[in-house]
This record gives sequence, C-alpha cells and structure tokens, in this order.
Amino acid sequence: MTDYTKQIHRCFRCGYCKFPSDYSDFNCPSYARFRFDTYSTSGRLWLIYAWLKGEIEWSEHLAEILYSCTTCKNCVEQCPMKFSSDIVDWIVAARSDMMEKEKGRIPPRVTSFLEDVYRLGNPLKERGKRDAWANGIKRYQPGDEYLFYVGCLGSYDEFGRRMARSVARLLSEAGISFGILGNDENCCGNEVYLLGEKELFQVLAERNIQKFKELGVKKVVTLSPHAYNAMKNNYPLVSNAYFEVSHYTQLLCGLLRENKIRPSRNKIKVTYHDPCFLGRYNKIYGEPREVLQSIPGIELLEMERNRENSFCCGGGSGNFVTDLLGGSEESPSRIRVREAYETGADILAVACPSCMTMLQDAVKVENLESKLAVKDISQVVAESL
Amino acid sequence: MIDIYNLLAEIVGEQHVSNHKEERYFYGCDPGLTPPHEPDYVVMPETTEEVQQIVKLANKEKIPIVPKGGGLALTGLVIPQKGGIVIDMKRMGKILEVNEKSRYVVVEGGVTHGMLQNYLKKHHPKLRHSIPDSPAISTVVGNAVIHGQGRLTQQYGFNSDMVSGLEVVLPTGEICRIGSHSISSQHWFSKGAPWPDLSGLFLGWFGTTGIITKLGLRLYPCKKMRDVMVFLTDKIELVPDIILKLTHTEMTEDIVVNEQPLPPRMKGNIYILIIITGDSDEELDFKRKIIWDALWDIFESRDGGFLSVPADMKPPLLEMPSRDVVRFADVRKGGGFEYSGPIIPLEKYPEFITKQKELVSKYNLSYSATSRVIAGGHCMMYAFAFTFNRADPDEMDRIRKALREAAEFTVEQGGMMWKPTIEEQKMIIERMDPNTLKIMKKIKELLDPNGIMNPGNWEA
Repeated sequence: MTDYTKQIHRCFRCGYCKFPSDYSDFNCPSYARFRFDTYSTSGRLWLIYAWLKGEIEWSEHLAEILYSCTTCKNCVEQCPMKFSSDIVDWIVAARSDMMEKEKGRIPPRVTSFLEDVYRLGNPLKERGKRDAWANGIKRYQPGDEYLFYVGCLGSYDEFGRRMARSVARLLSEAGISFGILGNDENCCGNEVYLLGEKELFQVLAERNIQKFKELGVKKVVTLSPHAYNAMKNNYPLVSNAYFEVSHYTQLLCGLLRENKIRPSRNKIKVTYHDPCFLGRYNKIYGEPREVLQSIPGIELLEMERNRENSFCCGGGSGNFVTDLLGGSEESPSRIRVREAYETGADILAVACPSCMTMLQDAVKVENLESKLAVKDISQVVAESL
Repeated sequence: MIDIYNLLAEIVGEQHVSNHKEERYFYGCDPGLTPPHEPDYVVMPETTEEVQQIVKLANKEKIPIVPKGGGLALTGLVIPQKGGIVIDMKRMGKILEVNEKSRYVVVEGGVTHGMLQNYLKKHHPKLRHSIPDSPAISTVVGNAVIHGQGRLTQQYGFNSDMVSGLEVVLPTGEICRIGSHSISSQHWFSKGAPWPDLSGLFLGWFGTTGIITKLGLRLYPCKKMRDVMVFLTDKIELVPDIILKLTHTEMTEDIVVNEQPLPPRMKGNIYILIIITGDSDEELDFKRKIIWDALWDIFESRDGGFLSVPADMKPPLLEMPSRDVVRFADVRKGGGFEYSGPIIPLEKYPEFITKQKELVSKYNLSYSATSRVIAGGHCMMYAFAFTFNRADPDEMDRIRKALREAAEFTVEQGGMMWKPTIEEQKMIIERMDPNTLKIMKKIKELLDPNGIMNPGNWEA
C-alpha cells in the first residue's frame, strides 16, 4: 500500500460510497445508522486528512467515527476513483497511527476488545475452555486432511457453537477427516488487524502459523469468513508458510457436488445474507447459494441488496463486540432483518458467526423471532438430511 | 443563556443534532475552492414540522440557517458564512406520490436523485426524471434550488423548469404551499401557471428565502432504448451551427459538447455527444437517419464526421448519473474540482472555449470543457472546469484566479453565472439593473426580515 498520508486527500466526497450500485438505499452501515456525513467513508477520509494536517485534534468523537466503520468494503465496491481498492487500508492505517500518536486514546470498548484478545486470546472475556463446544470432536492429528478452525465466536458464543457443531456434523457425515485445535486455538486476529493493532496481529498470526507448522497442517477450513480472510490474505504477509485455507461453505459445496452429502426435500423459503469477508473481500458469492440450492424444494429469495451490494450486518471490525453501531432502529442489523423479512422468507441464512450473533439479536429486538429464523447454512443443510 | 443545542435536541432528538468539532468541520467546507467556515450546529430533521420548529427557533434567536442537500454545488453555496445551524435535509427521504397519468412525483426535501431514479425504475418503469450529472447523492430539491440541469434539459429546460409544486417553510416559520396544490392538496401538476408563479421566490435563491420541504417534479416518458452518436469536428466556429441543425431535428434527448486534452487522442477535437431514445429499433434508425441528414453538409465539406462508437464505449457515455464526471476530480490525484458554469447564448461558444484555453495556458491548469444544450438550443451551459490537487495550495490559488477571470469574462459577454460563488454574486449584483436589484431586496426583506437564511448569499 502506498503511504496513506500522501493519498488520502484524493477523496472528492462524491458520496457514491454511501450507496449500493442501484442507489436503492444507503449501503454504508455507519452512515445508515448515524446519518451525519461524517460517518460515511468520505467523512472519515476528510476528517483523517484534517487530523493529519492539524486542522482538527483528536477527540473521543473522532475516534468513535473512525472505529464505527465496519470495514465492510461497500465503499471500495462503489467508489468510482482509481484509488478505491486502498480505502479500507487507509482507514486501518489511520487507526494504527491514531493508536500510536494519540497514545492509545481510542474508544474504551475498542481498548477492551484488544486487551481481552491480548490477555485471554479472545475478545469475549472468556477464560480457557475453548473446546467446551466440541462435545467429543477430536483434536487435530497429523494425517488429518483438515484442521477445522472455529475461531472465538465458534468457541464461546452460543450461536457460534451451534454453527460449529453443525459444520462438524456435516463434515463427519461426509467422511472428512478433520480435527480441531481445542484449547490450543487462538484468536485469528482479523479484527485486531482491522482495528489497527498490527503488532498484536503479528503475534497472533505467528502463533497460529507456528501451531499449524508443528502439527503439519496442510488444509484449514474455517467457520468464520473473518478467519478465512485473515488466513488467506493477511497471514501470507507475516509468513510464507504454506497452507490451504477454505471457508466451510466452499468445502460443503464440493461435498454436495460429489454427492457426499445428500439433502432430502425440504420445502422452505430462505434468503441469504452475504458476509462481507466472504463476499466483497473474497468474491465468494456462488458457493453458499449453491449449497442452499442443492436442497430439493428450497426457494431462495434474494434480498434487494445482495452479493457485491449486500448490506453489512454491522458486526465487522470488531463491532460484534464493541457495538458502536447499536442502540437504534437504524442499527444495520435491524435494517437488515427487516429487509430479509420483506422477502417473504422463513429463514435468514448466514455463513458467518459474527453475522449470526448480530442478526439473532436484531430479530429479537424487531419482534420477528416467530416469523424469521436466523440459521447458519450448515444448519439449513443439516435439517434437510 | 439559551441552550440552543438542547432546544434543537428537543426538536429532532439528541442523536440527530451535533455541535462536535468533527461535524462542524465537515459541514463547514465543500469539495470546491471556497474557504471553509464552520456552523455552530448540524441538525437533521425528519419532518416538515421539525423543520418548522427549527426555523422558528432560529428566527426568534436570530441564528443563521443553511439548508443542505448533497452539498455538491462546488461553489460554496452551503458553507455557512456566518455560522449558525446547517440543516442536513437527507433524513427527509420519502417519495410521497407518483401520479402516472399526470406524470409527476412528489418528494420530500432530502430525496436524492439516485433514490428517485431507483424508485421509478422499480415501480414506474415507463417514467423517468431529468437525472443530473452530479453524483447520485445530490438531492432533487438542492438541484432545483440551483437551477440544475439533467439528461432531459435539452428537451425540457432547466431541472427547475420541471418543478410542479413546492411546500416551503418560510423564514418566519409559516408552511406555505406553492402551485396547484395550494388550493387542492391532492394535485401537484403546476408550480404556478396559469396564476402568478410564486416558485420564483424560492428557486435560484440558494435557500435564502425559505426551506423547501416537499417538491413536485414532472416526469417524462422512459423510452425502452437509448443510444449515443458522437459527432466530431476540429472547427470550433462550427459548433453553434451544428447544434442549431441538431436541435432543428427535434430528435435528440440530450446534446453535450466536450473538449478536453486528455486522453491525448481527444486533443484538438470537439466531441458532440448526441443521445437518442426510442421504443423500437425502427424509431432509433429513423432518428439516426434524420440526424445524419441534418449534418450531411458538414460531413461533405470534411469539416466533421460521425465517430464510430464501439459497443464497449457506449455504457459510460449513456450512464446516468455519469461516474466519469467525478473521476475528473482525480486527474491531478488530488480530489479537487470546481467549475464556473455560465449559461450563455449558443453563438458565444467559440469565444468561451477560446477563453478557457487562454486561461489554461496562462495558469498552467488541467481542464475539461463540457457544455450542455438547454431547452432546444436557446442557450447552453458552458463549464470552465478545472481539476486540482487539494494538497497543492499553489495550484488551488491559480484556479481561483482563473475562475475569477472566467467570471469577469462571462459578465462581459452577457452570460449568466450558474450557481455563482458569493464573490461572483457580488459581481452580478454590481452590474444588475438597480430596479431589478431593488425587487430582489424587497422580496428578501419581506420573506426573511431577520436575515437568517443562508446569509452572505444574494445579499443586495
């Protein structure tokens, strides 16, 4: 990446970053939530430039604006300028700078997130028992084809645990040899990287890579698109150790194509929410849909904003814990479940434990629990076996 | 001492008002060259009643108010010159009604062109509105208030000519209906005619006479097919005649004249973009033939010809709004772009483009000269457009000087500055017929006795 301080003034604040490609609604989650232009990407870039020039000073409010970005990459997708692919990197670089130059004066919830990852290996304030979800699923052993990396939410969050168990069940039924790291697993560092704590990210990545090396891991399948993204795109910047990484929806897609999993007829209406770290970050749009459509009788109803134009649940960049976008009818997760409900679907299918926890909370607050079930793709498949 | 922040928070809710430095900084500047000036508060109402309460409070306390839409006029029109309250209108984003038979839409004051475009495409595919080339975030009201132009301006005039009614909160707090719906709340088909057209008290005034909270806008047939033809000439002096011939056919949707030095293959030529529409191939072919025939003598004299436009080049030329327009701001890798866009008589085109080239050479600038034909060719908008690097104060200063010269030239040539900066407004006022100025002053004093509305603008 080029030095962001020499580039960031290139934003013209044209506002395309606020929209999806068809302009149907505002698609920047923090702008949709707060509606001040400052909370859009152009607002952030102009404020960062002003901060660099000394025209504005650091403040708690500036930090909130900067950290409320979920790094969902809608702006990257929509910005018409040549520098568009660098935008999120600029925001992350500014967060790093702010952490250093402002002596760590970042939003307390972000500080707490990072401290918890540093002290406990997860941002959820959990101590140990990372394998409590596993219920007998074996540890990875040399010779296993896959290491199943479940991540912090898969290990500790109740909905994430159910997702992890569901994926593990499908892999077992398909005859895949795999194991988990259990208590030896550590945070993947994706959010730590995006929050700008690059030193801690380095430590986490090195620790995980070292563990993979020790065990001779050649293939990793992740529960979370966040972990998938970190391992696929950021770990190679730390080490050249080679291991193949896939998201579980990719693996399931292959198993379904090979008839190793055979769902039965299930007459359900499902809409699918594209996770940012699977979709816009890694362009994986087809496989999750193919998995769902492999279920005979299923009706896949697309939300208006889907694929490249998907509306972020608001959980990215650690917001599934820091919750800087919560507390409003216009919180992205609440907007998203209303949009999902409008499709007429009975099930809102997700492929990310972060989206799962955000959207589960949102259906409750929106009183849609009895009308719209939030389920992981693997759960939808498992229920159709 | 009155706590304005809390009073505003009582009206719109605490999460929709800010006096933080960050919002004041951002809302205190625009992407153009006008020096920044911060507001004291930024507020985001959701209803006409909330706007009314804000205005009543401001009028009582004599606090300046600046209503803001997309903020993309580029000439500093929503920079709060005397501080006060910036009202960001974009939370008023409802499309209230579409009348398919009488072909109009009624929108709230913060509806963006992008959202209206999407809504019509989805729900009323046979109808369209005049989409400007400003980004999709620009608002319908903001565009009308500055007499903006769009893709249907060649056919139907300024976008403000397409307004079919207004609801306005006056500076003294009354809510006023303008047009046919002033006697019948159900009908928004005319902004004035056949009665006195009071919309002129608000359109073109840059928010200095009231805040438009609802607006009726004429819609037009959305044809199934669109195509672009490009006519090329290196004879600047022929451009007015070419346009005259084209407009005589009454076959074109839009006519845009382009001259720019980059990419190098474009240098030295004038590109005339001719957009045509139709419901069938036969209709398009017929229009192509008529247009071709109209320019045949120029082709025959070898002074111009049609460019063969490859299929992959057409989508960006037909895109609405055109994202290429904002890419101009990155030519100097610096995020800056401002233009003076005078409205000029058609026959003055050669003088204006010659002047622009003189300014480019004198001040060493990057430029684009884009002009749009207005209302069948009675006039055109000529853009002295310059791109700059926001991190290069010297370049910005040179452009300020060039734009100043362009404005002086415009006035000398009898042109009318479009969305003029405050400096340009002063230039206009100095030259205006004293009795015209007197009327403007009387109107302003009558409507805004305390001078709270976007002060600094149109100050006679």
